[in-house]
Amino acid sequence: MALQLDDVTLVQGDFRLAADLRVAPGARVAVIGPSGAGKSTLLSLIAGFVLPTTGRVLWQGQDLAALRPGQRPVSILFQDQNLFPHLSVAQNVGLGLNPALRLTGADRDAVAAALDRVGLPDMADRRPAELSGGQQGRVALARALLRRRPVLLLDEPFAALGPALKVEMLDLVKDIAAEQGATLLMVSHDPADARRLEGEAILVAEGRAHPPVPAGPLLDRPPPALAAYLGT
Amino acid sequence: MIRPISTLTALLLPVAAAAQDRPVLTVYTYDSFVSDWGPGPQVETAFEAICGCDLVFVAAGDGAELLARLRLEGATTEADVVLGLDSNLTAAATATGLFADHGVTDVDFDMPVVWDDPMFLPYDWGYFAFVYDRTRVAEPPADFPALAASDLKIVIQDPRASTPGLGLLLWVKAAYPDRAAEIWQGLADNILTVTPGWSEAYGLFTEGEADMVLSYTTSPAYHLIAEGDDSKAAASFAEGHYLQVEVAGKIASSAESDLADRFMAFIVTPDFQSVIPETNWMYPAVTPPGGLPAGFETMIAPVQALLYPPGEAEDIRDEALAEWQAALSR
Amino acid sequence: MAGGPVAVTRHLPGLAVAALILALGLGTLAAVLWRGLAEGAGAALGPADLQAIRFTLWQAILSATLSAGLAIPVARAFARRRFPGRAALILLTGAPFILPVIVAVLGLLAVFGRGGLVNGALVWAGLPPVSIYGLQGVVLAHVFFNLPLAVRLILQGWGAIPAERFRLAESLGFGPAEVARHLERPMLRAVLPGVWVAIFVICLSSFAVALTLGGGPRATTVELAIYQAFRFDFDLGRAALLAGVQIALCLGAAALAAGVARPAGFGAGMDRPLPAPGGGVWLRLQDALAIGAAALFLLLPLALVALSGLPGLTQLGPAALAAAGRSLALALASTALCLALALPLADAAARSPFGRWFEAVGLIPLATSSLVLGTGLFLILRGQVAPAQAALPVTMLVNAVMALPFALRAVLPPLRDVQADYGRLAAALDLRGAARWRLLVLPRLRAPIGFSAGLAAALSAGDLGVITLFADGRSETLPLHLYRLMGAYRMEAAMGAALLLTALSLGLFWIFDRGGRHGAATR
Repeated sequence: MALQLDDVTLVQGDFRLAADLRVAPGARVAVIGPSGAGKSTLLSLIAGFVLPTTGRVLWQGQDLAALRPGQRPVSILFQDQNLFPHLSVAQNVGLGLNPALRLTGADRDAVAAALDRVGLPDMADRRPAELSGGQQGRVALARALLRRRPVLLLDEPFAALGPALKVEMLDLVKDIAAEQGATLLMVSHDPADARRLEGEAILVAEGRAHPPVPAGPLLDRPPPALAAYLGT
Repeated sequence: MIRPISTLTALLLPVAAAAQDRPVLTVYTYDSFVSDWGPGPQVETAFEAICGCDLVFVAAGDGAELLARLRLEGATTEADVVLGLDSNLTAAATATGLFADHGVTDVDFDMPVVWDDPMFLPYDWGYFAFVYDRTRVAEPPADFPALAASDLKIVIQDPRASTPGLGLLLWVKAAYPDRAAEIWQGLADNILTVTPGWSEAYGLFTEGEADMVLSYTTSPAYHLIAEGDDSKAAASFAEGHYLQVEVAGKIASSAESDLADRFMAFIVTPDFQSVIPETNWMYPAVTPPGGLPAGFETMIAPVQALLYPPGEAEDIRDEALAEWQAALSR
Repeated sequence: MAGGPVAVTRHLPGLAVAALILALGLGTLAAVLWRGLAEGAGAALGPADLQAIRFTLWQAILSATLSAGLAIPVARAFARRRFPGRAALILLTGAPFILPVIVAVLGLLAVFGRGGLVNGALVWAGLPPVSIYGLQGVVLAHVFFNLPLAVRLILQGWGAIPAERFRLAESLGFGPAEVARHLERPMLRAVLPGVWVAIFVICLSSFAVALTLGGGPRATTVELAIYQAFRFDFDLGRAALLAGVQIALCLGAAALAAGVARPAGFGAGMDRPLPAPGGGVWLRLQDALAIGAAALFLLLPLALVALSGLPGLTQLGPAALAAAGRSLALALASTALCLALALPLADAAARSPFGRWFEAVGLIPLATSSLVLGTGLFLILRGQVAPAQAALPVTMLVNAVMALPFALRAVLPPLRDVQADYGRLAAALDLRGAARWRLLVLPRLRAPIGFSAGLAAALSAGDLGVITLFADGRSETLPLHLYRLMGAYRMEAAMGAALLLTALSLGLFWIFDRGGRHGAATR
């Protein structure tokens, strides 16, 4: 059983995107391609922020069309605006357990444990503005950890981080996805990220999202559209 | 003292206080009649002492709004008596067909005109006049042309929105039937501004913004009697002064017909009439046995009372209004 | 945008509020028109009515343009300067908007009137006096009333530009001209049209101000023509027709503004404090001048009113205090109701694809003739319930609905920002319904909600109880007490009551406004 985009097309004015693909459970998939091709849109289709013009998005054979974004088996991290600035770090993480923030003692322990897991044990009472960019990403990851959704979508949340920090975050994401057996889809414009993920890659180019193939061979022998983007 | 709970109750249940067992007489009137300083409270006490009933005043704006409300309600009105129309409104009020004859006869009115309307019973009256401050205006004008020729600034009320405003319109028209437009053109540069109601105009006057204000010959009596201030006076005009007669009428469909009759009769008795001078600051329709309060004798006595008969006032006001608008819009 | 099956149901509360407003605005108008036709009156507009429409439009355009235009430098000065007493000054300069009309007019006359300070100074200097009466007076008074509203709404727009953008501007070495071009003008483009329309529509239904300062029948407004049709001619058909014209003008202006306005799209910030204000001597001088001139213009009449009210305070009896208590209770109830109506409507306006329609509906109460509204309600409710018994709920509802457009104006732009910045995140976390209000909307909108509540409370406390048809003459509010004192020659006591009323309104405004800004999520 898997995540499947069954003959999906999306038309928004001049923009078109077609996808007919499956992602295996537990897979780690990089979504690569030229900017503006529709990498983020692909994630939005899965997360439910846009509905396909035709075709279906399926999870374990079930059409997701009727489900709101928050009801889907999906957690998503955006490029920015992952945290509410007026809520504390612990509250932001707690939203992952209960959107109404009615937390039990056990929930609070879970929040603390999740913050521990992402390496922010002492930050529970801070406001997001007091954190660095990398720390903000970790808070969002801690929340995703608690939501325990089988699909984790990353829309370049670490794009603004330095190379060492980014590597660190990628490894953390990989570990967490592995622990939870989650399927991971990550948009990136950096081929190194795709290699580092040690999984598959979906190429989005020229109005089409291609089915996932192993990332290493794809990057070693890129098709023309990818080659143009990579500059090889 | 403020008692929050009773205040809240009064707010929530405005009519809950009405006694259950006594008959209720509902009298529609204008707002200033029922205020703490108006005749309402004393009239209510005096009538309830003899009627074995609950007298309930319902206040609705001014006289013209009172009539409009009555027209909206038609025959289903809750009113038993309407008190506060004036002589300029009685023709329209008669036309509604809602009023019955008052049946009060043999009243010896102390009024400058003969009154024999079987439907509307006068309770007070007064003359419109320009009121000024003696300390600021040494020699008041003696007629409209003199006012127009002076540098004095006056505040008047809009005839479309105010009873005194309409009174002035008819005053000029009655004094100068063929020259009203000309008089208004002469007055145009004296008119500082036109206000929606009497209160705004009088406020501008007491704040010193205007030299004279359109009000009543009896207005200085308030300052004299209540404030001990004799600086205010009304200018006596040679053309005569227009009269305002305030009347009450009985609603034909009243469920408390006998009680309404008793109230109509009560209106012209000394118990009602003696309240009028120092609350409404008007002349009572029937001078009470004790005479007028000291101070009223110093008010000017106009040489001539001007008043259109009810039907004529109705017919002439549109023409007079058009003249007024044309003259002041230049 | 998240579509799907829930898209319609989540706007149900907003739809219900919109329906209520339409029923109040247009339903009452229809009731009056219906009755007018039943009376057999031909509803046609004459040349005098057209003249009234022309004058009304002209003065409203002038008043709105001047108020909004003059508010920009004042709001900018307040936005970029920090000085002791700034908060108090912002509060006090807001006062004219909540003053009862006659009080404000007397205050203005004490400064600009025939015997006022300005003419006193002119005569002393050997110059000819100027007259306030006429179009200039009407516009002056409308600017006096509405400049405070414009300043506050625009100031809020400044506050909504994230500090990060100002920091960026500073780091790029932007001067005032560049800041204006890249930050301030886009913000003004988003905020100003709404402000202009709100003031335009307020001035559209002006009656007492326009008449008292207009100097005569030249200054006849549509609202006066409605009043004339009702009480002078008892021509309900014409009254309804004129009221319809007023609403049509309002919606026309709203459509115009919607065409001009562009969302600023600054994106979200991290609620960081603003960088320290910079600028050279000239900029400081310019700001000091703007604040000083506005304060003088707005506060001098206020101070003179307060001064002339002091002696009258001692003449107020228990009735005045009871009336004040009643006004207070009424204001609090109306405020709660106003927020309960405004927030769902704003939410629908911010999130629905038909948001502009919700926004336009929110303007209708401003353009509604209170006379036609009261008469229509009276015609509709009569037979169902005794007018005196309906007095309290009707007054509460009407006050709440009349304050709603201001609440909407204050709440809607920041709500749109919240939706743009955090709508996706909220949807991803399934944050919706009551939890979305509690954890996202209310914390981020504390300041504008507090401001709206303050405005609603102050406006309701200062309201005369427009609906005289429902009045029972006994449960007296403070404004009615004031007018009754005036009507009974007691001008000095009336000025005392005016001072008490001003203090009450301003106090209510201050408490809510401060409560909103204190600990607010955003500046």
